[in-house]
This record gives sequence, structure tokens and C-alpha cells, in this order.
Amino acid sequence: MSLDRRAFLGVAGLSALAVAGTRSLDALTRRGRAEGASEARAATRWAMVVDPGKCRKDDGCTGCIAACDRAHNVPHFSERAHEVKWIWREPFDRAFPDHGGSLPEDAARSQSVPVLCNHCDNPPCVRVCPVQATWKRADGIVMMDYHRCIGCRYCMAACPYGARSFNWLDPRPRIKEPNPEFPTRTKGVVEKCNFCEERLALGRPPACVEACTEGALVFGNLKDPRSEVRRLLRSRHALRRKPELGTGPNVYYLV
Amino acid sequence: MSVCEKALVGGRRYWAWIGALLAVILVGVLFYLRQLHVGLGITGLSRDVTWGLYIAQFTFLVGVAASAVVVVLPYYLHDYHAFAKITILGELLAMSAVVMSLLFIFVDMGQPERALNVILYPTPTSIMFWDMISLGGYLVLNAVIAGLTLGAERRGVAPPRWLRPIVVLSIPWAVSIHTVTAFLYSGLPGRHLWLTALLAPRFLASAFASGPALLILLAMIVRRLASFDPGREAIQKLSVIVTYTMVVNVFFVLMEVFTVFYSGIPEPMAHFEFLFVGLEGHAPLVPWMWASMALAVISLVLLLTPRYRTDERTLAAACGMVFASVWIDKGLGLIVGGFVPSPLGDVTRYVPTLPEISITLAIWAVGVLLVTLLCKIALAVRGEPAGA
Amino acid sequence: MSDRGLILGGLLLFVGLITLPVWYNVAAGTPSRPPELKLPAQGKDPFGTAEYMRASHMSLLVAWRDEVVRGGERTVVGRDGKTYAKSLTRTCMDCHSSRAEFCDRCHGYTSARVSCWDCHADRRLAEGSAR
Repeated sequence: MSLDRRAFLGVAGLSALAVAGTRSLDALTRRGRAEGASEARAATRWAMVVDPGKCRKDDGCTGCIAACDRAHNVPHFSERAHEVKWIWREPFDRAFPDHGGSLPEDAARSQSVPVLCNHCDNPPCVRVCPVQATWKRADGIVMMDYHRCIGCRYCMAACPYGARSFNWLDPRPRIKEPNPEFPTRTKGVVEKCNFCEERLALGRPPACVEACTEGALVFGNLKDPRSEVRRLLRSRHALRRKPELGTGPNVYYLV
Repeated sequence: MSVCEKALVGGRRYWAWIGALLAVILVGVLFYLRQLHVGLGITGLSRDVTWGLYIAQFTFLVGVAASAVVVVLPYYLHDYHAFAKITILGELLAMSAVVMSLLFIFVDMGQPERALNVILYPTPTSIMFWDMISLGGYLVLNAVIAGLTLGAERRGVAPPRWLRPIVVLSIPWAVSIHTVTAFLYSGLPGRHLWLTALLAPRFLASAFASGPALLILLAMIVRRLASFDPGREAIQKLSVIVTYTMVVNVFFVLMEVFTVFYSGIPEPMAHFEFLFVGLEGHAPLVPWMWASMALAVISLVLLLTPRYRTDERTLAAACGMVFASVWIDKGLGLIVGGFVPSPLGDVTRYVPTLPEISITLAIWAVGVLLVTLLCKIALAVRGEPAGA
Repeated sequence: MSDRGLILGGLLLFVGLITLPVWYNVAAGTPSRPPELKLPAQGKDPFGTAEYMRASHMSLLVAWRDEVVRGGERTVVGRDGKTYAKSLTRTCMDCHSSRAEFCDRCHGYTSARVSCWDCHADRRLAEGSAR
């Protein structure tokens, strides 16, 4: 059978279309099934409650930050432009810029609070990722798949909290205390706090929560009415960062 | 295909031009290899300003690509015969602009070897996914249209009748590529410079001003170098289009300024302040933005005055100014300005580095090379003696 | 053909250059040998036979990767009935403890570059590892 050029191009085009079509159909009919969904997970909604009042006033206390960096091989870059941070401290006015601004003598003025990924209920970063390298798990954690990330940094543009970091350079030489129990990342991918999901799988609390000597960080299941986080939120007023954006953050700050 | 061999026939000036472009491309390729090896840290990008020169060029060039519709629509849909000769130039310009846009996205990726993940794991909620689809489709559409039209001309027959629905499809498709590009930015809740419904209309207006301005300049160059004359009427009609779309573009910018400053909400104002007066002592873009405004005003004065618009020398100057003005505004100002101040209020300086600029110039050189080669082939097919 | 000499000479030169790797190694006395792997003391084969692993270990690792990272299913029951963690560092390297003497032997020989080691550790702490 002799195939002329036109027929060949037609067959090639149709084949490519068929492959692309089946893939797209797969994606579209996935019906939003959350990956890693299981019954136990669906009954959980992880959240963190921060008590800034208990957070030590001096900025020298960085126990939570050090613990996170150690547990996850978070690199330390001295150039601010290339910083990678999963949890860090910010002055209150900058973490909460829309709360009217504090007068100089206000209590909040001198306070710095730990900030991290809020694992939002309606995360813009998940919405924009073109390859689903970040997704929201059934238990509420906004996950990262470093194997799939193409490094487009769209999620970083989308995050209203500046919670994400990119590996502009190879992170391995900049890891202060390498932890062989946890992988590092490679240059060219985005990373962020993962609520220590690898520790949660073993029934342990997040590293920052465990490391805090002042009890300023409380972690638990919002769907469990008897959890410490629910108890705290029932009894105290709490703020969330930029709630007017509709992201539904799951990190609460007690006032 | 012997028609492509037309690109290999040229005089000394032609080959010197090709050689210069290839040299620029080579330098950029070497820097890109370094970027692959070391990481995107060799650019001026940072944790706060995560998109810069590369994505800015991509955004601008999608607009140039979309502007082909300005000649395609009147000619194919309304039989405006004055555009008969210039349409092919518009399509070739569009194809080159799309290729450049895709290259700029590619060099901006942290893990380019995983680029196919966008196709392997399609994500309909992500605007970037739709951007890839629309850009790829637009490239194919234009290649098919230009290729079939030229092929038919070469054989001295009319193009196949089924080409017409494809041409008609390319018209809304052109509008869609730039709308989708605007959607990349205008749907992000935390970036108040971009969170405006006016962004997509602004993109289209500036694209339909800067693209045809470039097309006019290209037509003038082709007329001089290849003795292929698209016709004075075509150029004049295009200049009228550039005039009106530039007026609309400037009007849209003023609309943005009013809403932002009259409402007095701090966050959106801060971005404009950074761009036009500087914030916390950082004012790297201030001279650029005011230059862009000045160029826009001067170009409009020239374009709105019939005596200057009809004089092709002043018209060329005005087109260059329109192009430069929109390039600064959409390229540098919009993208970098959207990231400063950061969500936490940081003002971070972004200055492109030498490798970054070199890679950018190399991709521009690829686009210019493509335009050169495609025009050489197209004009040879048209039977006009190619000069140079 | 007046160019016959030039063409034949050019062809010979080309063939010589193309086969350089072969006869250079023969001349230098370093013929290629299949890679020698340092196998673990106990041959448990908990996830498949050696033939299966040779052909499909990459697919197994990718499947494990997606199941752990995206599915959250961290454990697998081996052919011996024991439960293992789906982990390159913790499980595979428990027995195949030296990357240089096992993985790299074949991967270096075939020039099949893998990106695993860009992120995953190829060394475990002797003690203090959470299991």
C-alpha cells in the first residue's frame, strides 16, 4: 500500500489527537477525586493555632524554624533573593497588613509571629499549578510533589501569603545539618511547609510544634470537637491572614 | 522542498545579517547552558520577584502574535483587498512571535526537561494549561494558513476551500490567546496590580497597537530590502488602527490610575507608587515608566495629526515609539510591578543579569531570524525579486 | 570518477573515527566487561526475582513514588509476608547498602543517568533512623 504525503499527515494527526484526547478525557473525568483519599483522612482537617502571646518576644527564639530546617533539609541561603524558608517570623503588622495598623504603643506592635503555609481550604496555588504538582489532600494538607514540579513558579505568584520558596540554586551545599532520613530537593523546584505529613503518618506532631518550648504552637484536627485546637478556638478570638481573599487559611492566630 | 531553499540564496548583506543573528543566538545558548547547570539563580530573580524579563517578553510577544488578527479579519472576512499583500507578513510575524513566546516560557522553567508534564497531566483549572493549548493551536493554525496560501500561490491556484473556516477560526483564537495570557495574571487574588477586570481588555488594546506598529515597520523594511510593496493604502489603514488602539490603551491606563488612587486602598496604590515614584528608596523602574508614558503621548501626537501620520518617516518614528512604550509598560512595568511590594510588604530590587539579558536577546534574535527566513521564502514564492 | 581517491579516503577516515572507541580500548588492553554487582549477603528478593528487577525496577520505584507521595500509602507487603516501607533509602538500601557498588555499576556502564540521587540520600545513619 503506498501512502502519499497527505494521507500520512492525516493519519499522524489523527493518532496524535487520539492520544491527547484520551489523556484529556481521563483528566476531565477524574471528577475531582482527591488523591490519597481514604475514610480516615476525610474525617481529619489539620490546622494549627498560634498563640503569639506565648511566642518569646525576642526574635532570637527560632526553635521552630531550626527544627523545621533540620527535619526537612531546608537550605540556608545568605542572599535574601535566594532564601528558602518554610516557617519564619514576621512582624505582626506585616503578617496582618489589613488589620488597621497598630499605634506605636499597641501590644501587637512589638510582636513578631511565626508565619508558614496556611494550607488553605481554597488554595489559589493548587488552582494554578499546570501539572498538579501541588494539590489539596483530603485531610486538608496542601501537598507538594517535587518529582512533578516543572519550576514555572506560577504557584508562587498565586500565593497571597508569600509562603512558597523556589530553589534558584542547588540546595545541597547550603544545608546546615543534613538529615538523611528525609530527601533534599533539587534546583528548579518550588517547596513549602508540608505540615510534616511524613511525621503525621507516624503519629507524631509537626517538628515546629514539638520543638516550641513555650507551647505557642498547637496542632490538631479541626473536625474533632475535643481537640486542643477546637478548644482554643472556642474560648479565644483568633485571626487568620487575609481572610477577605476567600482562601480559607487553616493557621489561626490567637489575639 | 525547494521553496525553503530560497532562504539559502542571498547576497553578502543577507548572509552578514544571518551571521550576526546566529552569533547573538550562540552567546545566548552558551549562557542558557550555564543556567541549566547552575540554576535560575544566575538571573536577577528572587523569592519576591519570581517572574521577570523572560515572562515579561512572553507576555508582550503573545500580544504581537495576536495582532495578526488586525489584518486577517478585514481581509478574509470583509474582503478588504488593500490588505491582500500585507496579510502574509502579519501571519509570518505572528508565527515568529509565538515561537519566541514559547521559547521564553521554556527558558524560564526550573525543570525544563519536565515540560511535557503539562501535556501528560492536563489540568483544566490551571490557566497556564489553557495558555499552552491556545498558543500551540495558534502556531499550528497560522502555519497551516500561511503554508497552504503560499503553496497555492506557487502553483498558481486558489487555496482549498476548507481553508476559509480555518482562517475564520484563527480570528477568535487570536483574541483568545491574549485573553488567556491576561487571565494568567488577572485571576490571582494576592496580586493587586493585576487583579482587575480591565487587564484583558488592556492587553488586547496594547497588543493591537504595538503589533500593527511592528507590522508597519516590517512592511517598510521589506519594501526597501526586497522591493515587495504591500501598498501605501495598507500601511495607512494600519496606521489608523494603531492610532485608535493606542488611544484606547492610554485611556485604559488612565482608568486604572483613577480607580486605584481615588479609592485610596493602600495595596493597589503601593504598586503604582513603586512604578512611578518609587517605594522605600527603591525606584529602578521609575525612569522607564515615565519614558513609556512620554513615548505614548508623543506617538499619539504624531499619529493623531494627519500630516505626520501620512508622512511615512514620522509614521515610522511614531510606530517605533508605540512599540517601545508598550514594551516597557507590558514587559518591564506590569510583571515586575506586580511583585513589588511582596505580599508581606517587601520592596525587592530586580535587575536583570548579564546572562538573563543575553538569553533574552538570543531569543529575540531567533524570532528576527525566523521572520527573515520566512519572509525570504514567502517573497520568493510571490515572485518578487529578492534584493540584498 | 576523478574524485574516487578522495571519496574512498574520506570514507576510510570516517569509519576509522566512528569505530575509535572499539579499537582504542582493544589496543589499550581495556576491553569492556559486563558490570560486577556487589550483591547483598541474604538474597531475599522481597519484591520480585532478579530478572524482574533488572527489567522493571524503574517502574517499581516510580509506582512506589506516586503511591507514597500522591497516594499516601507508605507500606507494602513483600513476597515474604513482611511489611516494608516503600522507600529507596530505607528499604532498598537496607540490603543494597552501597550505591557505588550496586546501582552505579550498571547505571555507569550503560550511561543511564538517574535523577534519584539529586534529592534522595544514598547513605543512612547507622543508628537513630526512624523505622
